[in-house]
Amino acid sequence: MLTPDDVRRVARLTRIAMTDHEADVLRGQLARVLDHFQSLQRVDTSDVEPTGHATETTSVMRADEVRSSLPREAVLKNAPDVDESFIRVKPVLGT
Amino acid sequence: MSRAAPLHFLTSHEAQQLLRRGELSSVELTRSVLERADALEAKLQAFITTTADLALEAARASDARRRAGGPLGPLDGIPVAIKDNISTRGVATTAGSKILKGYVPPYDAHVVERLASAGAVIVGKGNLDEFAMGSSNENSAYGPVRNPWDTGRVPGGSSGGPAAAVAAGEASVALGSDTGGSIRQPAALCGIVGMKPTYGLVSRHGLIAFASSLDQIGPFARDVTDCAITLGAIAGHDRRDSTSVERRVPDFAAALTEDIKGMRLGVPKEYLVAGIEPGVRAAFEAALSVFRTLGAVVEECSLPLTDQALAVYYLLAPSEASANLARFDGFKYGHSSGEAATAWDTMDLTRAEGFGAEVKRRILLGGYALSAGYYDAYYRKAQQVRTLIRGEFARAFERFDALVTPTSPTVAFELGARTEDPLAMYLSDVCTIPVNIAGLPGISVPCGFADRLPVGLQIIGPQFGDGTVLRVAHCYEQATEWHTRHPAL
Repeated sequence: MLTPDDVRRVARLTRIAMTDHEADVLRGQLARVLDHFQSLQRVDTSDVEPTGHATETTSVMRADEVRSSLPREAVLKNAPDVDESFIRVKPVLGT
Repeated sequence: MSRAAPLHFLTSHEAQQLLRRGELSSVELTRSVLERADALEAKLQAFITTTADLALEAARASDARRRAGGPLGPLDGIPVAIKDNISTRGVATTAGSKILKGYVPPYDAHVVERLASAGAVIVGKGNLDEFAMGSSNENSAYGPVRNPWDTGRVPGGSSGGPAAAVAAGEASVALGSDTGGSIRQPAALCGIVGMKPTYGLVSRHGLIAFASSLDQIGPFARDVTDCAITLGAIAGHDRRDSTSVERRVPDFAAALTEDIKGMRLGVPKEYLVAGIEPGVRAAFEAALSVFRTLGAVVEECSLPLTDQALAVYYLLAPSEASANLARFDGFKYGHSSGEAATAWDTMDLTRAEGFGAEVKRRILLGGYALSAGYYDAYYRKAQQVRTLIRGEFARAFERFDALVTPTSPTVAFELGARTEDPLAMYLSDVCTIPVNIAGLPGISVPCGFADRLPVGLQIIGPQFGDGTVLRVAHCYEQATEWHTRHPAL
């Protein structure tokens, strides 16, 4: 059974800040969905390989050639906080 | 040719005839569509962004090409709407989310490049459920889209905006994306044609990813011929999407001339059970009679794992989404929380503020299914059942050329009817989801009305049987008149 701690743990893993009330509401909704999906456990999958992609995919190789990429200014234009050619972020270490 | 239909309801192939004869210009056609949007958008909210100036510029360029004797593309001068999770260089692309407010892509999606070289005129970015997660378009951060047939009802989702735009004459054709039914279900609920191509037929480069192993871009149109023309314009290999396949793209529109005499059509009985509305069932059964009259052999078949497809989908898609949406961290683009003291806070708060309730639900569901201790029971189990579902379809296609089902068990429902119950909303996709799980082509075509609301018929083909699916749809359409009906707005 899904517990409030499970919801808070996954919220931390997926980096979404969450109030206790929000976690409570989500717990109820997710528990009902997961409960419905228990039916999967009844399907016999012994010796069945998992499918990642539905069509046959093979690893794609390409020549190791230099190609132009998007201009730096065009890409940085969307960043909320830019310092010359860098994206500025809040402190990562010592917090 | 008669001009009985108003300009904004011309199909692209009807418009092309008039354009060729000099009886219509792309500027006139584009203006008629833009004026239609001006008149209806307060009611429908089918667009998040309209691009009238760029559209008229593109229309003038198309008219100039035509006067100069070409060369002309298959959609030259035709007004097209694009779902707002498809990147357009220099035009805001939100994916229906607050977290991408203000984001302007520095590049075009592959399909947008293809549309440009086909001569298309882009009129705007269609509204959608946030990150394409939803079945009613009520999860958009920019407000819900309304169904043109009854503005108290939903248009379906997640591509509700492009579907409503085409149904209402705010665009001639449109592009959507379909992860579990997001093109076919809104096409059904809005009374138009919508197709999810075989996985890999159309490049996903520039499509904001939801569930990469299931996502596929495809067309909306007011008839099957337009659907085939639009698919032909966007299909083909692209080295920037490693899952796009290197195959010759057939001339889909040219292949529509053949009949379906002797063709074998399967009706999987599992699609006709729980929750199907009587009016939908009646319209579907009437469609089967049309196929028999056209000389097709229609037989019942069974796909016993259909019931499990929903569970497989709602474990795999959220799992992939939880990884794909990790990129929205508040550093590189879009919304960034002003409250943060550390980089970790920036991520936690940006995502808390920027994502809506359904997106959070799916990220958590996916994160849970992928987390230590649950991976085998949920994620891997779902991938194994996916293998079995593929096998079940493969065996059905040894007996049948195509499968036919209703697209949705219900007609368009009222706004707010399912928003409090995620599971009820998820059940809206029960007929469309298996097709994505197996990577198959599927189309929805109008097949009648129930309580004055459109009903959709789904035709499913084997992998790369996109031409077969279009041909069956076209033969049905030619024998019926549902596709000529338009909402009175």
